[in-house]
Amino acid sequence: MAQTKAVLSKVACQVMWNRLISIVEEQAQALVRTAFSTSVREAGDLSAGVYDAGGAMLAQAVTGTPGHVNAMADAVPHFIRTIGLASMAEGDVYLTNDPWEGTGHMHDITVVTPSFHRGALIGFFACTAHVVDIGGRGFGADAQSIYEEGLHLPIMRFADRGRVDQTLVSIIRANVREPDQLVGDLYALASCNEIGHRRLIGMVEEFALVDLAEIAAFVLTSSRRATLERINALTPGVAEAAMRIDGYDRPIDLQVRLTVERDRILCDWAGTSGVDVKGINVPLVYTKAYSCYALKCAIAPDIPNNAASLAPFEVMAPVHSILNAVHPAPVALRHVIGHMLPDTLYGALDQLLPHTVPAEGAGCLCNFQLSLRPGSATAPPPGARRAEVLTFNSGGAGARPTLDGLNATAFPSGVMTMPVEATEQVGPVIIWRKELRPDSGGHGQYRGGLGQFMEVGAYAGHEFDFQAMFDRLHHPARGRQGGGAGAATTIARDDGTVMKGKGKQFVPEGRRVCMAFPGGAGYGLAVARDPAQVRRDLALGYISAAAAMRDYGLSAEDCADVMRRAELGEAF
Amino acid sequence: MTTITGTLAARIGADIGGTFTDVVLETAGARHSAKVLTTPAAPELAIIEGLHQVCAKAGIAPGAITQIIHGTTLATNALIERRGARTALITTAGFRDVIEMRTESRFEQYDLNLVPPDPLLPRNRRHVVAERMDAQGRVLLPLERAEVEALAETLRAADYDSIAVGLLHSYVNDRHERLIAEVLRDRLPGVMLSLSCEVSPQMREYERFNTTIANAYIKPLMKSYLGRLKGQLAEQGTTCPVFLMHSGGGIIDLETAAEFPVRLVESGPAGGAVFAAEIAARHGLDRVLSFDMGGTTAKICLIRGGTPKTARVFEVARSYRFKKGSGMPISIPVIDMVEIGAGGGSLARVDGIGQIRVGPESAGSEPGPACYGRGGLRPAVTDADLVLGKLDPASFAGGSMVLHPEAAAAALTAHLGDRLEMSALEAAWGLAEVVDENMANAARVHAVENGEDLAGYTMIAFGGAAPLHAARLCEKLGVARCLIPEGAGVGSAIGFLRAPFSFEANRSVFMRVSAFDPALVQRLFAEMTDEATRFVRSCDATAAIEADYKVYMRYAGQGWEIPVPLTPDQAQTADATAFLARFEADYAALFGRTVQGMAAEITVWSVNARTPTDPVAPAPAVIRRGSPDRVGQRPLFDAGLGVLTTAGVFARASFAPGASVQGPALITEDETTIVLTNSRQAMRLGDGTIEMTKAEG
Repeated sequence: MAQTKAVLSKVACQVMWNRLISIVEEQAQALVRTAFSTSVREAGDLSAGVYDAGGAMLAQAVTGTPGHVNAMADAVPHFIRTIGLASMAEGDVYLTNDPWEGTGHMHDITVVTPSFHRGALIGFFACTAHVVDIGGRGFGADAQSIYEEGLHLPIMRFADRGRVDQTLVSIIRANVREPDQLVGDLYALASCNEIGHRRLIGMVEEFALVDLAEIAAFVLTSSRRATLERINALTPGVAEAAMRIDGYDRPIDLQVRLTVERDRILCDWAGTSGVDVKGINVPLVYTKAYSCYALKCAIAPDIPNNAASLAPFEVMAPVHSILNAVHPAPVALRHVIGHMLPDTLYGALDQLLPHTVPAEGAGCLCNFQLSLRPGSATAPPPGARRAEVLTFNSGGAGARPTLDGLNATAFPSGVMTMPVEATEQVGPVIIWRKELRPDSGGHGQYRGGLGQFMEVGAYAGHEFDFQAMFDRLHHPARGRQGGGAGAATTIARDDGTVMKGKGKQFVPEGRRVCMAFPGGAGYGLAVARDPAQVRRDLALGYISAAAAMRDYGLSAEDCADVMRRAELGEAF
Repeated sequence: MTTITGTLAARIGADIGGTFTDVVLETAGARHSAKVLTTPAAPELAIIEGLHQVCAKAGIAPGAITQIIHGTTLATNALIERRGARTALITTAGFRDVIEMRTESRFEQYDLNLVPPDPLLPRNRRHVVAERMDAQGRVLLPLERAEVEALAETLRAADYDSIAVGLLHSYVNDRHERLIAEVLRDRLPGVMLSLSCEVSPQMREYERFNTTIANAYIKPLMKSYLGRLKGQLAEQGTTCPVFLMHSGGGIIDLETAAEFPVRLVESGPAGGAVFAAEIAARHGLDRVLSFDMGGTTAKICLIRGGTPKTARVFEVARSYRFKKGSGMPISIPVIDMVEIGAGGGSLARVDGIGQIRVGPESAGSEPGPACYGRGGLRPAVTDADLVLGKLDPASFAGGSMVLHPEAAAAALTAHLGDRLEMSALEAAWGLAEVVDENMANAARVHAVENGEDLAGYTMIAFGGAAPLHAARLCEKLGVARCLIPEGAGVGSAIGFLRAPFSFEANRSVFMRVSAFDPALVQRLFAEMTDEATRFVRSCDATAAIEADYKVYMRYAGQGWEIPVPLTPDQAQTADATAFLARFEADYAALFGRTVQGMAAEITVWSVNARTPTDPVAPAPAVIRRGSPDRVGQRPLFDAGLGVLTTAGVFARASFAPGASVQGPALITEDETTIVLTNSRQAMRLGDGTIEMTKAEG
């Protein structure tokens, strides 16, 4: 009988763990459906999670943002400490956009809701979304301190026993550029937690639970055991790696020391450059997120994220380094540096766990924002208007040990691009070109993913400020095991005027910005590449005839033959 | 349809599935069905075979058939298996790679070795021309005819069978696409064309281009198949009109189907939803969850007020464990359903963290689940069902096949039990719970995406595996009532015979409510009504035609629209306040509250023209009576209670109207078994449907 009982709970626990993951996916879906910011609803820059009564994260939705991985796991304990369990009541909703207690910059708003069952607090729901504007200087790297980056909301009540704090709402409305959107997003965040709560209570009643203690213990114990099994299967050792990237005005050095021990992996960023004067600094919580994400992809990709599966990955960085910036350092574009951490870390992991990790890739997303307005040079045409247009784009990913890199695909970020036709509905902007960039993937036995070309201008009679957020202009992705480097980022006006990779730059009427986003690096020696793949790359225009001859030794006759057959529509 | 529902009507519904082709013949008052194996090399042969079988059963000649309605997985399979024509794309310069770059994201966040599906057309078959419209449809860069003429020569040399044309913003201004078509028709007369402004005139280039290319890609194949089918039928003396079921749940004529074959994708499951909708109408049900579970997948669809929910985009050919984003988007009017890899053949394993996982990998029919005794060694859902006592090993598929419980138990033990320290029975329990939980989760997420709570819903279960799992699914979803209709095994083919002639026209035109232009709105609706009516008229020259009007609205700044149905009067009067009031009411119902102070806008306009469906006769009322004689009993594991129970076995055929039975019980028929758990009771209704409800007390 005792044995039947134990097994009974084993099957029930399997079902409930599944259910918790489904609940947070539903919670995230509700947010996408109701959010106003394009970053959330089109690009998927959000996350959602469920926690036990002690604040330990039990499940997290898989969304577009590894950057929220640990930040979400750490967030709820901050709320418990600040608000106090004793003063929490049904109907309460809390929020913050504190970069250090939330998810790394003030554009991310984290909302936490306590979950009560029959009068007792049994757990929490939390969600985070990237909003388009939080006031200050706007989304960019130009601030010199957090005070210039917008409205700072410490952990506080958004709703007290169901009543929304209208004073807070008025303050928020008065301080941001798109008040309706932001307040709409706050409501969307609150209601997605509410949806999660309702489903959780449904589960608790179905399984006649008093609290989440038993299921939490099952989830956390199973996750910890599975994670430790993976870690302990690795050969213990220490490895170091470094990567230099563009930074804002001066190059940044990222330096990591990875130690694999029994039951844990240490990731120490000592030796990394210090805090920058511009807003590209990274709070530690975001450093932890991308370090953990990279390690999990390589070591334990199938273990769901929760407090226990994340705990064995210990990440540290010296205070006042660019990867552990503290208040009041500016942090708005922390993603530009944060997205580069997996590539750096893989340089070290490759030494301990060969033939697993990819070569370096584009790293950070190739995002830009346009502030369009009627031109100042001539009288604006009828219907001229102002608009803010933000787009997310990706360069090429690094080649893998047995596969080419992905063309124009985000890694490590997982956000989506926006359709050009949808972007052009938002404002007087024309995207003239958005297509793959031949010859940008590093050569190798496996080729790096291609970057992309983009070309953007405004409607007649409009000028704009161009906010650039690019890297890898001067430090392209480096190959692994003899693979070639990816192509560097380039940016210039169509009249040849040089532009910078970061910061706000004016573009007059009639001019366009021409960009080439970076490619991923290659893996292995080019001579080892399957000649059929070289011919296919040439036929599809992924590489030029010049590159086929130079990098892979294809003869001029072969090239001509392949290109002739390609034009005839032959399959390769 | 009035002309063909008279006493002389003999209508055929024919559904070509992956394994079986179902043919149903309905004459006045009688229905005959046949299940024959699908003949992939020449699919029309299975239809002819089934046609002869049902005609023989009914005692009529093939020449006496008055109408054939046909649905098929051929279009879907051609896309999945990449068996389409030699096809090229012509697109706007600068946008050659739209279908290859997709959303620039990875559909599986943690897989470093992810491989995205290849685009339907490789890069060397994608060509560009210099031209550009802006978002308002104004020409920024005119298209030069000479450039198209030169391109036509390049394309001629490459010997393409089919060409897709997709230019930016052609949904607002199709002039450049039409110019290309004009030149190509002139220069390449034998080549089939598909224009994005005709196939799918909706904003979002990735979806529109992909849909247009998919259409072009399968057009020669489908055109030739439909021609052969017509010829074969004529040889049998069957010269009646043939119509096709489309993915939106209506039927269109053969010529339209051949022109827009992409609209035939998922027509079989759409027929299933129509079948469920008719059962819903017969029983006066307003809110229905249709649950169709076969050998490979389960399909779940919401039916409100007798009409299946529809959508404008769906994803076909998912390449990575049915994962969202791993397939290709098709933007056509479609019945909105979730399909997950959960069927009788779905295989189970234990993953790295000791969790049981089921599907989407399927044992198929060869070798099939372990219990088939045909060499399958891995445990499938059917193996668990057998070990749990839901199936009788001696009478599976009407006794035509003997199942092997010991093989099922061995597979469960080897792959699950040994890893998790469970007995074969416990492993079967775990497996069944996981697959039922997967389906329940899919149903819950689908409901949430549609702003619905399943508590007040009635389930309608059909397909071979659904009656085995419906009771447990109802327990998990808190659904109190479930109907299992007669003919559940050939539900899709029956559904074809219930579908109206219909065609939905769509337009993407952005309009703020504050800048509402009544004249433009009236013109838009008139144009679309005309387009949709013309298609329906080509199917039936005389029937009355009804039109459903719908706009998709959102707050400016949101990315997701909600459908807002309008009355014909509201559509024709075109009054902005009425549109706004409908939107706000629907938005509040979906998401709890409206958003104060935000401007609303309309993004998509839609008119669906259709013939009225025949009125449904309500199922006659019955008086509850006792249970029929049991034919046996056997142990049945109750997953909710976690214990073995003893279930009586009853034959479905022995249930008189009103006959009822209390769970645990098993009600058997040739194609399936209805499993009643301890918490359920069942009663036969007036139309032969078995109603399963929550037992009292």
